[in-house]
Amino acid sequence: MESIFFIILAVVAIFSGLMVILKQNPIASVLFLVLTLFCTAALYVLLAAPFIAVIQIIVYAGAVMVLFLFVIMLLNLNRIQEGGALILKILGVVVAGLMLVVTAVVLRSVAIPADSGFLRPLQAGFGSVEAVGRSLFTTYLLPFEIASFLLLAAIIGAVVLAKKKL
Amino acid sequence: MTVSLNHYLVLSAMLFCIGVAGVLTRKNAIIILASIELMLNAVNLAFVAFARHWGDVSGQIFVFFSLVVAAAEVAVGLAIIVVLFRHKETVDIDEVNLLKW
Repeated sequence: MESIFFIILAVVAIFSGLMVILKQNPIASVLFLVLTLFCTAALYVLLAAPFIAVIQIIVYAGAVMVLFLFVIMLLNLNRIQEGGALILKILGVVVAGLMLVVTAVVLRSVAIPADSGFLRPLQAGFGSVEAVGRSLFTTYLLPFEIASFLLLAAIIGAVVLAKKKL
Repeated sequence: MTVSLNHYLVLSAMLFCIGVAGVLTRKNAIIILASIELMLNAVNLAFVAFARHWGDVSGQIFVFFSLVVAAAEVAVGLAIIVVLFRHKETVDIDEVNLLKW
């Protein structure tokens, strides 16, 4: 049952990832990216990470992608004529294909037997809000506070960059 | 077929390479940013798969911070694109060649 879900979600994720880079209309591209994010969130639920799945939907698909769509609509972009040199596009796809081949070779050489399922049985409440919160506020407290500085810097940076008059 | 770590890693690698192809191929700056988000998403998937594999919740904590960084980067990147559009009326990256020699 889990493998059926995994196969469906993986196929839809790869298809919508391909549509992200193939569609000419930027709004269609971003909407397919939202679909990819939803598929990945469902895969997180399969991987016993419900908190991260919901955070991904709220933050990534709900805020970051909405920001994308706002900017696309505000700039009112016409379709950009994607006329680059065709050889450059082919080279780009070849480079990405080579990266995939290298990664596949590396994965093949790592000795994880493909039929063994995941390695450890999980403790109860793995990946729940309590478990992630407990780890976040004890072991990883310093990065958590620094992340707030990062967000502050990003907010100030975005506002200062986009202002018309300082 | 039991779904194991290998399957998730292969899926993550494929999504990452699709993102790389998008960054290298497209000319619209916003689509390039969207491809970068796709790459970050693939990496997050690998992290969560490893967290499940080792039974350690630190992988999910790292995904949390990766999400924070991605959100901050998108905000600043889109602000840069807005300023670029204000100056040049286009987001075509072939037109952005002021730093070329």
